[in-house]
Amino acid sequence: MKQLLLQQINQTVCYLSLIFVILLLIVINTLPLHIPGFVIMAPLLPLIGIHYLSIYQPGLMSLITAFVIGLINDAVSGFPLGISSLIYLFVYIITVSQRYFFYGKSFYIIWYYFCLISACSFVLQCLLISLLLKCSLEIHSLILEFLMTLFLYPIISWILANIQLIFYLKSDQ
Amino acid sequence: MKRRWRDLEFLVIPIPFIRRFIFLLLIIVSIWLLLPGKIDNLENQLRAAVNDTIAPILDIMSRPIIIIADKINDLRDLIIVRSENVRLKREIINSMHWQTLARKLDNENRILRNQLNFIPNSDSSFVTARVVGDTGGAFVHSMLINSGSKDGICKNQAVISGEFLVGHITDVSKNSARILLLTDINSHIPVILSNSRALAIMTGDNSDQPRLNYLSPNMNTISTISGDLVLTSGNGNIFPPGLPIGVVSSIKNDIVRVEPFVHRHKLEYVIVTDFGLNKTIKPTISLSKGHD
Repeated sequence: MKQLLLQQINQTVCYLSLIFVILLLIVINTLPLHIPGFVIMAPLLPLIGIHYLSIYQPGLMSLITAFVIGLINDAVSGFPLGISSLIYLFVYIITVSQRYFFYGKSFYIIWYYFCLISACSFVLQCLLISLLLKCSLEIHSLILEFLMTLFLYPIISWILANIQLIFYLKSDQ
Repeated sequence: MKRRWRDLEFLVIPIPFIRRFIFLLLIIVSIWLLLPGKIDNLENQLRAAVNDTIAPILDIMSRPIIIIADKINDLRDLIIVRSENVRLKREIINSMHWQTLARKLDNENRILRNQLNFIPNSDSSFVTARVVGDTGGAFVHSMLINSGSKDGICKNQAVISGEFLVGHITDVSKNSARILLLTDINSHIPVILSNSRALAIMTGDNSDQPRLNYLSPNMNTISTISGDLVLTSGNGNIFPPGLPIGVVSSIKNDIVRVEPFVHRHKLEYVIVTDFGLNKTIKPTISLSKGHD
């Protein structure tokens, strides 16, 4: 009984820590870095977090969490409310429905899959914003942003994996 | 072919009915939120609450970055100190000439104003605020500052850095406000070119250099405006006339681009100015509904 309770607490703390990290990614995404030219290629860091949790913690990462994180991201970044929610829901549902495929696969395959899914979400986001504004967006900046997100995927997923590992080790003890 | 697809079925996890229902419901809510003019009031409240919560966190987190950026700039300055010294000496000589001329013109201006019984514009008030958030990328160009309605900041007030225009306020909450930058796709500013006196609308496209649209038809040839100073025209009572924005930097395939004077990576503090103009700017489209 006590063991079960401890496991529940451990899982809740793990969930809160991972959500906290995604919220932190939203904040970091908004920080002024004062690096010339960086703003044009600012990556979509929360997308990495959503994708990671959808594969490795689908039980913790629910549809409602993805939706709420999207709303927070829209409010902080100044996006039209609903855009990020839509994208994150799309990424979550597709990743969760395919996650058996990733078990036991190498990191490069997961990275490649993230490349595909993030490309789709960038295109979707671009289409939605273009439709809302009735004008086209800068393709050059869009590609840079996509590449930057792709480039940072290993780093962010490494951080998230380590957080997850800490909680698993604790639960084993 | 059918058998092949069946072989791959193990890859896909069937989504339970409840999850599918919630998914559809949330998708509908997201799309509903995107539709313009639905719940502007609720949306503004949500944005204000989130921004007010996140602004102090951003404020604290951005301080170490500013210290590091300052140190890097100091180092860069130290490297170029000799060449900079030569340049500044040359600039002082140049400035002395312009100072004399400016004094002479100022005197002349005062005399002429007295003769015409000219009524000057009312003094503007301003608030200096720190930039705590900077949203870039292909989708939106905006900044978050750590002052809000409690400091007297209102929607549509002009934001400047030094003498140069940065953008205008689009969202105000109690402790924070959002600036829509000149480069944002939503920014449409009536401008005038200083030498050619051509009027235009400067429109951002989420790139570093906004473009000039609707250049007035009295232009003989578009190539003559290269290097021309771009100022606010004062049309539409959005900004006062004569605020410097940048220079015409390139003309390619009839697309005229402006290099703004303000480099956003250097922005640490901005001045939110109330020029006492008509506060009813209504741009045609708004990226964040309820922003404008």
